[in-house]
Amino acid sequence: MNEIETIAIELTVNGRRRALKVAPHHTLLDVLRDDLELTGTKECCLVGECGACTVIVDGRTVDSCLMLAVEADGAAVTTVEGLAIDGRLSPLQAAFLDKGAAQCGFCIPGQLMSAHALLALNPHPTLAEVQEGLAGNLCRCAGYQQISEAVLATAEGADR
Amino acid sequence: MRATGVGASIQRGGGYGRVTGQQQYVADIRLQDALQVKLVTLDCARARIIAIDTDAARQVPGVRLVVSAADLPQPVARFGPQFEDRPILAVGETKYHGEPVAAVAAETKDAAEEAARLVRIEYEELPAVFSLEAALDPAAPLVQDPALRPGDPLAGTNVLREHRVGWEEIEAARADLVVEHTYEFPMVTHFAIEPHAFMAAPDGDGIAVWSSIQHPNWLQKVLAKILGLPLSKIRVHAPDPGGGFGGKQHAKLEPLVALMALRAGQPVRLVLTLEETFQAVRRTAARVRVRTGFHRDGTFAFQDVAADYLLGAYADIADRVVSKGSYPACGPYRVPAARILARSVLSHTTPSTAFRGFGNPQVNWAVESNIDEGARALGIDPLELRLQNLARRGEAFIPFDTPADGQWEQTARRAARLIGWGTPLPPGRGRGIALGIKSGPTTGLSYSTVRLLADGSVIVYAGTSDMGQGARTIFAQIAAEELGAPLDWITVVMGDTAVVPYDQQTSASRSTVLMGNAVLRACREIQSQLRAMAARLHGMDASLIAVDRGVVRLPDRELSTLDVLKPGLGRLGGELIGNGEMRKDEEPGHPLGGSAAFFEFNCTAVEVEVDEGTGDVLLVRHVTVSDVGKAINPLQVRAQDEGAAIQGLGHTLMEHYIFDEAGRIRNLGAIDYRIPTSMDLPLELVSDAVENADGPGPYGAKGMSEGALLCVAPAVAAAVRDATGLVIRDLPLSPERVWRALRERDAAAAAVTGAVQPASVPVAAATGGAPSGR
Repeated sequence: MNEIETIAIELTVNGRRRALKVAPHHTLLDVLRDDLELTGTKECCLVGECGACTVIVDGRTVDSCLMLAVEADGAAVTTVEGLAIDGRLSPLQAAFLDKGAAQCGFCIPGQLMSAHALLALNPHPTLAEVQEGLAGNLCRCAGYQQISEAVLATAEGADR
Repeated sequence: MRATGVGASIQRGGGYGRVTGQQQYVADIRLQDALQVKLVTLDCARARIIAIDTDAARQVPGVRLVVSAADLPQPVARFGPQFEDRPILAVGETKYHGEPVAAVAAETKDAAEEAARLVRIEYEELPAVFSLEAALDPAAPLVQDPALRPGDPLAGTNVLREHRVGWEEIEAARADLVVEHTYEFPMVTHFAIEPHAFMAAPDGDGIAVWSSIQHPNWLQKVLAKILGLPLSKIRVHAPDPGGGFGGKQHAKLEPLVALMALRAGQPVRLVLTLEETFQAVRRTAARVRVRTGFHRDGTFAFQDVAADYLLGAYADIADRVVSKGSYPACGPYRVPAARILARSVLSHTTPSTAFRGFGNPQVNWAVESNIDEGARALGIDPLELRLQNLARRGEAFIPFDTPADGQWEQTARRAARLIGWGTPLPPGRGRGIALGIKSGPTTGLSYSTVRLLADGSVIVYAGTSDMGQGARTIFAQIAAEELGAPLDWITVVMGDTAVVPYDQQTSASRSTVLMGNAVLRACREIQSQLRAMAARLHGMDASLIAVDRGVVRLPDRELSTLDVLKPGLGRLGGELIGNGEMRKDEEPGHPLGGSAAFFEFNCTAVEVEVDEGTGDVLLVRHVTVSDVGKAINPLQVRAQDEGAAIQGLGHTLMEHYIFDEAGRIRNLGAIDYRIPTSMDLPLELVSDAVENADGPGPYGAKGMSEGALLCVAPAVAAAVRDATGLVIRDLPLSPERVWRALRERDAAAAAVTGAVQPASVPVAAATGGAPSGR
């Protein structure tokens, strides 16, 4: 195997400009975890079914295992590490703690990103809309009820 | 809410890291210069390995190490918690699809993957057995080399062990009605969202190993034996697993990565894919024949249960799953005569292991469903029949075991009330109810050390693995209660065998009771040191002093802990250290080696609606009530019960492995193997806990976490029958299976009038086109 040819890309991750050279076959997930050492985004099924690797790319949720890093060239990416500001949890993160939504926690970064994107598009979702919006994020501890409660509580809290 | 926390739904310890991405699971930990490992496997189940050519693989730039069995210390070590039968890499023959034959370590993942593809293995596929029928055929090829089982009369068969339990003579028991049926429970997999991950690194004159494992101390013993090192030179780091459910209890690939790290002289890292995880762990499948004798009034005359469990190619802990899971087969009832025979049957499939419920859900599915059949035949309400037979508190319902340790009728009645049992149902709906019991740990040993630091803050050391059940939170709540420290002044240290004292294991819902008591005792030892300290400072006898929740009570006044600690420790500072031990010893002669520390008891009641057009079973309402003794953290109790209920809906409605003729799992991975999503929840899921503070754990707690999974399948199947008249004795109740059964029911009804009763139509045989994984 010869030296893998790399391609230069630039993207904004959690508000920070990053310029790096990536292998053309590496996914956004690979680059986030291995090159940028942002390991909050999790790796599980690698076929876009479990949602553990969900991040927000230009305002839309993406399974980062299905997106090549080169496709993210020029994009703004938000990962779970970008939700808390100066160590202060976002209302959504705080609600996840209050409602006991995180058990083993492995799916939680993906759940948070999907919920974050859902609330940005639909600030007042119904329970059914929350369940549909998070249907692509598997939780084997199955804290689905607590996760939905946390999302609904965040939406409600935003009114106050 | 009390400031000290016991009984309060305080936030999860470790929660902050879980919602910020800071929590480090094994695959998130970066070791400098770690080599990436990729496994090499064959595309069939059983094969004779003729030759392994690694030349091309070694040529890949960045490849540092390629190992097969021949490169390991000879003879290749075998390991396992019950039988030392699993080799570090396949020796001469593979036994199941996915068994590692070789492994590559390279500087990058890309190089490791490319090299793994280039390892050329010449092999000859051999006849293999993937089902109970095939494995039990007298002409079946043997899964295990009989030489591994010297002196074992069953070594010439695929039956690994037979387990018999019983009391009184069932043949002598008179019954007015005997109901006999056979039930099937398929292979399902844990599907923890964190795939198993392992790392190892040379560490001075020893080794450090990282694993997402539930039993770090057990792993330490396995590694010490294989590597020939003292325990003190094996440091196991066990970061919180990202879901365990039993699948991460015992050593799997740690011995391999440890040997590779020592060989390479640098760290190595192996993160399984989800597909590889499917090939590493699964639940033990079962076929259970139940013959129940009833008296006309609904009381039991006898139970006769024969359960064949289908293990994989290596035993792992699965033979214990069989013995312990089948042991309470008669349920929480008064049964005058019982005969239980359970067999562990080996096959050329993924090694099965512990999985939430530990063999009980398989048998409970069968026995509870059979009880329902009897209730219908006798014309007795299924809830009333169960209540009539239910063991009362203190009753020795299993003659040689712990008597009934709860007011179980209270749990059952509460579930019945919450589901609206006996109230009218809309057309097309049905209800079902089931009870379940599981024996808690039969032996156990947990140590804890607690340090009360000079400023009144506390460090708790506990070797439990917190895989989401919330053990860290519970131990902090106990320490807060006992020592009066605020919760945010308490740190719980886990997951490092070089730092944390021994804990036998994290399994069987034991940790609140066993480790919880060890933490409690360590805290009480500190209380006693505080009393001695106060006695010395105030010139009085320690017997006059009481310490309670951070308050030191002298005869004439009350002091805070710090009022005593500061002067007591003096100018040099220091700390108080308490040690706690909780031991449950073996009981020689007991069928399981020990009686139950407690029973997990649950009642599940559901209301369903079946779509007659698609066969889809909709859970309109799902009620799960567990007897937990005392909920130290009610929010976590709820999460565990709801999580177990939803996991139970997985094997009840959708999950099963499908095999092809070569023994390959056809639905490998997340696309074709479905687990419940947020769209698969019951329309209403209600969990409740009965708390009578009558458990052996701190403050009367019992273990919980598995109970709510025990009864899901029989409750749902009973409700489906109530709604449709269908009797299905094979899981899962997938839309396809239910749809086929509906068509058969309708065809039978159209073709025959009176000659065949709907219940005797063999609908359970309508398993669909694909071979199921039994």
